[in-house]
Parts: sequence; structure tokens; C-alpha cells
Amino acid sequence: MSVSAPSPAAWWARLGQARRRTFLGYLFLSPWLVGLLAFTLFPILAVFGLGFMEYGIFGRPTWIGLQNYRDIFTNDRLFLTTLGNTLYFVALSVPLSTVIGFLLAVALNTRLIGQTLFRTAFYVPSIVPQVAAVLLFVWLFHPQIGLINFALDLLGLEGPNWLGRPQWAKPAIVIMGLWGVGGGMIIYLAGLQSIPQHLYEAAEIDGATEMRRFLVITIPLMTPTLFYNLIIGIIGSFQVFVTAYVATQGGPLNSTLFYVLYLYRYGFEEFKLGYASALAWILFLLVLALTVVVFRSSSSWVYYESGGER
Amino acid sequence: MRAVESASPLAQDSPSWRYRRSTRQVLRMSAVHLALVATGFLFLLPLLWMVSTSLKSLTQQAAWPPEWIPQPFVWRNYPDAAAFLPLVRYTLNSLTITVLFVIGTLLSCPLIAYAFARIRFPGRDFLFIVLIATIMLPGVVRLIPTYLMFRQLGFLNTYLPMVLPAFFGSPLFIFLLRQYFRTFPEELADAARMDGASEIGILYRIFMPMSGPALAVITIFAVQSQWNDFVDPLIYLNKERMRTLAVGLYYFRAYQDTTNWGQMMAAATMMTAPILILFALFQRYFIQGVALTGMKG
Repeated sequence: MSVSAPSPAAWWARLGQARRRTFLGYLFLSPWLVGLLAFTLFPILAVFGLGFMEYGIFGRPTWIGLQNYRDIFTNDRLFLTTLGNTLYFVALSVPLSTVIGFLLAVALNTRLIGQTLFRTAFYVPSIVPQVAAVLLFVWLFHPQIGLINFALDLLGLEGPNWLGRPQWAKPAIVIMGLWGVGGGMIIYLAGLQSIPQHLYEAAEIDGATEMRRFLVITIPLMTPTLFYNLIIGIIGSFQVFVTAYVATQGGPLNSTLFYVLYLYRYGFEEFKLGYASALAWILFLLVLALTVVVFRSSSSWVYYESGGER
Repeated sequence: MRAVESASPLAQDSPSWRYRRSTRQVLRMSAVHLALVATGFLFLLPLLWMVSTSLKSLTQQAAWPPEWIPQPFVWRNYPDAAAFLPLVRYTLNSLTITVLFVIGTLLSCPLIAYAFARIRFPGRDFLFIVLIATIMLPGVVRLIPTYLMFRQLGFLNTYLPMVLPAFFGSPLFIFLLRQYFRTFPEELADAARMDGASEIGILYRIFMPMSGPALAVITIFAVQSQWNDFVDPLIYLNKERMRTLAVGLYYFRAYQDTTNWGQMMAAATMMTAPILILFALFQRYFIQGVALTGMKG
């Protein structure tokens, strides 16, 4: 900061300390504030406005009122399909990844030989770039020569045509996601390790069985972490896109046509930007509502040690 | 001996009790180990399969039962994949975006995080809540207006839509850094102020040098996010030569008429390897970083 010119320096000197701090605070925040306006607040308002317009790729946007919303709710047969697909995915993938990630963390939190090795083995898949991971799983799910169906064959089961059958494609996409539970596992592991050991010791002296200690110490103290991951997991799963776009393009028979993929098609393949904006706004409200419900419910199951800290 | 033992039932009871318990525990621990070895193996198998396939001939890829060891080793799959699509070019494109994004992140985020952490001013706490809310905002809501904005600005087919936002700070990175800065004692900044240090001076001379691990974490996250990003390059870059590795890999699948899984897995391995190398070098920061994101504010 240059204070060489006399007038700013004098101005600066005349400012009280509190005002100087305020000025500096906002100065430091200014990049973020500009970004907040340009990349967050403006888009949210704009997407709301665009939802009431018809907007092709070249033409000018024209106001059509609620027409987009009317079309979505009455004329769009795929809208419900895509909503159902997405809810199916969220309902399957969020609980499964939470439970598997949490169980792995609990297992790794015991006294283990080679704990770091295990941790690495579970974590590494989660950092494989998504497109690479999806291509790999398309190969693993290959109906005739894929490794997964070979494993099923060894067990005496006949593996399905995973990505080619409507009833198997969604579970296959869920499985692809589960390969990355390592990230969540690390978060749970950190949470588990921050539980004070003396609580367990005290409970053990009081004669609490291991199961009981798990239920009354581990679970309650982990609820804030579980809660956080639940929220992030729900928001993320509603936006599942890359897996379906790369692996199935929404097929077979629209069975993996997830919401964002559908929105993408309208926005960037058919260039109906107004319609896609209306879809985006609906998704926003849906996710917001669900997040609020989970937040509301949290007071009855999330345990905060120091009361009103949050 | 016997007399002593019976005289003190506790002393007699305790070793055998402990012994029995420890046998059970040993059994249980071995079961846990065994289960973890099995699942750990299951998790790593796909990666091994990716590398193994990338070295196989077209005929061996289709072998049934599947064979693990390539025979012969078809190293050609790698150059062939890079000839099928300009993967080297795509790698450089991804690298360009990633480097510029990291520069932007490291310029903007510390400044913003410092203000949130250590400058007291009215409105700060409210803005911090706004920051947290934006972390949770579903990104897809922004997609279309942001696209239109960048198109209006003439940024299509440039790297600006990916890179520019980094210079305005990413909410998650700001949050992580702020949390880290908060762990420094308040007196640290206060004492420096007494000595006449400016806020910028405190940030760059005191806070930044002490924040190596946190800066490493956000750098790694930034690298990962850009290296892996698929949607933004997909919608903003139409020119073939400008594509990133992630998008290129997608077209790899779309363009092939007979699927050569060996070449495809070679391409996937090429994209994955840099991240794995980064992980091998900075494992600690990966793990710490992920653990930090789960900590409540």
C-alpha cells in the first residue's frame, strides 16, 4: 500500500483506529465481495429471472411468465423420470456411503498393524480423477469380459449387463460412487480420533460393554461430523452428472437420466436456456428445502458438547 | 503357592480372566485385520486392473478368464493413445489451467481469510455466515447465468472461465485458511500491530510463513479440483485443441469405433498418475486437508 501521496496519508491519519480497521477489513475482503456479487448473487437472481423467459442460443430472451414451469410440471414426461432417478440415487448412495465410510473409519480406529497402509488403500481410490474412474468402471462392468462379472461368475452368479439394463444401470452408478468413500472415511477417522480417550476409560471402569461404549460415546460424539457429511452428501448427490454423462449418457431407456444431466441437455444441447434455468431453480428449491429439513431435525439427533457454540 | 493363590481370589482370577479376554481379543483383531485386508484389496483391485489393462494387447484384453499379467507387455498402448488424441497437448492445457488457478487461489484466499480471522470490523461475522452458505450452494444453480455472462464477455474458448474465479477466492479454501489463522494466538497479531506492522505485513511476514501446511492443503485441493474438473471445460471450450485432459478422456471413449480398452486405460492411467504422484509426495497434507473439511466451524 503506498502512502506516499500526502493527502491519502493525512486522510488515513485522521481516521480513527476502528474506522481504519473497518476500511482494511473490507479492502481485504473486496476480491471475495466482488466474486460473491458476480459469481454467486448475480447468477442466483439471474437464474430465477431466466426461468420466466424463452431464451434460445442466438435470439434475445423473451418474457413468457410461468410457461416454463407450467411445461415442466404438466407437459414434460421426462421431468418426473429424471426426478425419480435422482431421488433413487440420493436415497441409495448417501446412506450407503455414510455407513460404509463410517464403518471403515471405526475399523481403522482400532489398534491395527499397518494402519497407515489400510488408510491409504481406502483413500487412494477417492482421489482418482472422476472421468478416469468412470472409464475404468465402464470397463470393469463390461458384460462379457468385465472383471466384476468374472468375480460374480466365480461365485456362481450370472452377472447382468450392468450399464445396458435399466434396472442395473443405476446401481452400477451408485457402486462407482462408493469406490470413493475413502474421502468421507478420512473425515470420520479424524472425528473418531478427536474423541477424548478418557471417556472410554471412564465408561470401561463403570463396566460398560464395548457395544454400549460405542452407542453412548462414539455415536453421539460423531453426530456433528455425520451431520456435516450428510448435508454435503445430499447436496453433492443431487448434482450427480459426470458419472452418468460419461458412462451411459442417461441411458438405457433414460434410467440414468439424472436431474443435472437433463438440465445440461436443455441448456447446452438444445440451448433452451430459459427452460434449463427453470429446472435449475426447481432443483435449488428442492435441495434447499431438504437441507432445511435436515438442519431442523439436527437438534433432535446432533449432539453438541458445548451447547450454543454453533 | 497354592495357599497364596487361594488366599487371594482376585490374584488368581485376574490372570486367567485377562488371558481369556486377550485370546478373544486376539481372535477378534485378526478377524478385523483379515476383513480389512480383503476389503482393502477390493478397493485397490480396480486401480491394478487399470494399469494391467493399459499394458495388454487387444487379444489379451478379451481373455476369459481374465489374466492379470500382460503377456507381452504392450507399452505401445501409451504412445498409441497419445497419438489417437493429442493427449500431450491436453495435458499441457490442464496444467495451464491448474497452475493459473493455483496462483489465483494463493493470491486471493490468504488475504480474505486473514480479514475474516484477525481483523475486527462490523459486518464480518454476518459475511462469514454468507461465506459458509456459499460453500453449500449447489453449483449447478450458477451454471447457466455464469455461462451467459462469460459468453457475453467473450470468454468462450479461453481458459478465463475456469481461472478467473480463483482470483476472487474459493469459499472452502477461505474457510479452511481462516480456521487455521484462528489457531494462532490473538496476541501475535496484536503485538505486531503495537510494533507498527501493517496488516499486510502481519499477513505476509508472520501468518503466511507459519501456515505452510494449510497453504499446502489448499494448493493440493486446488490442483485436484482443476485437474479433475469436467463440466466447465466441457461447456466453455469448443475448440478441440483447447480441451483439457478430463474432457479429452471422455472423447477418447466417444470417438473409438472398436474399443481398445488397453489404450483407453493407458489414457486413464496417464491422467491418474500425476495425482497419485502428488499424493505419494504430500500424503500428509491430503489426509490432513480432508480431515479439516469435516471439522465444524
